[in-house]
Amino acid sequence: MIAELGHYALMLALGLALIQGIMPIVGTRSNDPTLISVAAPAALAQFFFVALAFGALATCYVTSDFSVYNVYENSNSAMPLLYRFTSVWGNHEGSMMLWVSILALFGALVAAFGSNLPAKLKANALAVQAWIAAAFELFILTTSNPFLRIADAPFEGRDLNPVLQDPGLAFHPPLLYLGYVGFSIAFSFAIAALLEGRIDAAWARWVRPWVLAAWMCLTLGIAGGSYWAYYELGWGGYWFWDPVENASLMPWLAGTALLHSAVVMEKRGALKVWTILLAILAFSLSLIGTFLVRSGVLTSVHAFATDPRRGIFILAILIAFIGGALALYAWRAPLLKQGGLFAPISREGALVLNNLFLTCACATVFVGTLYPLALEALTGEKISVGPPFFNATFGPLFVPLLLIMPFGPLLGWKRGDLLGAAQRLLAAAFVAAVAIAATFAVQHGGPVLAPFGVGLALFVMAGALIDLAERTMILRIPLGSALRRAAGLPRSAWGTVFAHFGIGVTLLGIVVVTAWGAERIAALRPGDSVDIAHYRLSFDGVFNRSGPNYREVVAHFTVRRTNGELLGSMEPSRRTFPARNMATTEAALMRRGVSQIYLSLGDPAADGTVPVRLYFKPLVLLIWLGAVIMFIGGGLSLSDRRLRIGAPRPSAAKTQAPALQAAE
Amino acid sequence: MTRKRRRLVLIGGALCVLAVAVGLMLNAFRDSIVFFNSPSDVAEKHIPAGTRIRLGGLVKPGSVARSDDLKIRFDVTDGNRDIVVAYQGVLPDLFREGQGVVAEGALDGAGQFNADTILAKHDETYMPKEVADALKKSGHWKDAYGQRAAMPVGGGGK
Repeated sequence: MIAELGHYALMLALGLALIQGIMPIVGTRSNDPTLISVAAPAALAQFFFVALAFGALATCYVTSDFSVYNVYENSNSAMPLLYRFTSVWGNHEGSMMLWVSILALFGALVAAFGSNLPAKLKANALAVQAWIAAAFELFILTTSNPFLRIADAPFEGRDLNPVLQDPGLAFHPPLLYLGYVGFSIAFSFAIAALLEGRIDAAWARWVRPWVLAAWMCLTLGIAGGSYWAYYELGWGGYWFWDPVENASLMPWLAGTALLHSAVVMEKRGALKVWTILLAILAFSLSLIGTFLVRSGVLTSVHAFATDPRRGIFILAILIAFIGGALALYAWRAPLLKQGGLFAPISREGALVLNNLFLTCACATVFVGTLYPLALEALTGEKISVGPPFFNATFGPLFVPLLLIMPFGPLLGWKRGDLLGAAQRLLAAAFVAAVAIAATFAVQHGGPVLAPFGVGLALFVMAGALIDLAERTMILRIPLGSALRRAAGLPRSAWGTVFAHFGIGVTLLGIVVVTAWGAERIAALRPGDSVDIAHYRLSFDGVFNRSGPNYREVVAHFTVRRTNGELLGSMEPSRRTFPARNMATTEAALMRRGVSQIYLSLGDPAADGTVPVRLYFKPLVLLIWLGAVIMFIGGGLSLSDRRLRIGAPRPSAAKTQAPALQAAE
Repeated sequence: MTRKRRRLVLIGGALCVLAVAVGLMLNAFRDSIVFFNSPSDVAEKHIPAGTRIRLGGLVKPGSVARSDDLKIRFDVTDGNRDIVVAYQGVLPDLFREGQGVVAEGALDGAGQFNADTILAKHDETYMPKEVADALKKSGHWKDAYGQRAAMPVGGGGK
């Protein structure tokens, strides 16, 4: 009954989405305020019914209703409550439900809190949002219905993929989808602006909080996924340049570029046409990411072959929305007039460079991810484009980006003083130089480039702090007044400092762990010990343990410093899940400051030896800590007063003015 | 600076960055792409020793031989031809006799494939896509292989 209710609610949501997608557009064309006013309540009602459908599915999962095929395939009554709930989106159908639910949630938020938006812009944006929702709801109902029943209800479910039975599943996909789908708001506003043929600096102010929120979620979602893969897969890697990862990185890069170009548009009225394009691209890349992961073209040819309708349907959505948006852009963008002159050396100029490097880096990821698919489709030749490709393209493009990053905030708008900025960054350059020299002095046998990487990371971090010091005038005026200045700084300035500092922190982690991480592989018998870095791990033996829906073989290790000081014990294990007859490796991690000792087991051999993989990962936690700092920076910027209160209403005279006026 | 010159500087800068990006990509495409081959492909294409490739097929049942220091040898087969693969290290969870495997590495002069990576395909489909295609091509595909693969693909994609 509950499943049928959910199915029915989803159909109602589709109907409402169609209404929400058509009425407001007709209304804005014919200037009919009644039709325009349909948009907001329709968005709220659509969200209500989508949420109802999602709730129904979640209820089926939590109560282990195995008469629902989707629940039978992906759940098991022995799983703890958390996993029974998170397995709602641990499969194709359910994750599409989550996607649509978040989409509807964003639409409802715009409807509820967008009271300061011009009525037509809001109505058009909600209509575009509704088209996207309708397309995906139709996709779920026709090809991926999670509410299908089995006539003969089985007694027990087939269990969730063991790799996914992890708290990571609780936050990684929802955060990632909040990011992906959050960019749909920028997309909808961009399309609405193109439909209306007018755009001004206020547009950027309305859209920026949404982009910022999406960017924050995506940042945390990618970092969380990376940490999850790091400890769950047992290989000690945090980034594999896997197509699925690239699918989430591309929208992040485009979204980061969008975030920066929207600043220029908001403050200076320049880069409007470019910002609109980025808004379209960021969401298009999110859609492509969904396509890559969901159509099954990457992971398994069978998912595509057994149900080609899915792949073709998503491909059609992709072509309709991206193609349609870009066609509309090509047609209408020339109507939008550019404003805001600036010299090449200026804050705007620096942000343009930022955008150039970010979009080019994004393009290299795009090419590297899709080239193998294109080549296989065209020639049948199968290739893999792995880390070497991305290291050789993405890396060199990010280095100049990070080098110029500290300059940006120190340059003035319109015309900047490069020499002045360079002088102020002397201290950062000095820090970097000392770090490079010191690293060369202490390192033994790392790559030659690594000290420069450390230097770059410290340059970026020091640059962010100098930006803060310049704004608060600390060290130049009495401390008290400097602190008062710090308190009075706009939150968005704090946001910049945090986000840029966070990039440096992440880079430092990546460089250090890549250059000086240690790895050992050994086959051990009880009583053996193995050394890594300054630590000695002795293998005490294995024992068996059973969990709610698995059995595990646990190995017990005692960890000491090489000088004998006892540090604790580590217990990596191998779990076997009988419901799917699958095994997973549970790595054991021991934190030493922000470094980690990482230990994972292989399959015990017949002669009683246990193969282990042992890593020392220096400063590895900085990689994710940096992302958290970036997230906090985004949050600070989001809480900025100007954004929180919303854009000042355009004056009556301005709204009456010709639509295509320049901002200056 | 006139408006026109400013615009020229901008466009020039953009083209420079773009050119660099394209250059980097072309260069990387020349050096860092690895082709996938089945054992039959290896025989047909006469792939020279030392060229980095991915070799995919089934782990031939009964061929796995382990020795000290986590050294392992096994045959990869596509039904028509076998190639001996040598690897040292910890094998991924999904490595099993009779199951699909993808190894990355290079052939030595004696026709043995020295793998430095055995790929961990981390979805529940035991059969990597490339291997499935190669088996279908060699005519040794069995529908039983597809049974697990036909289940809905797990979320999260990992």
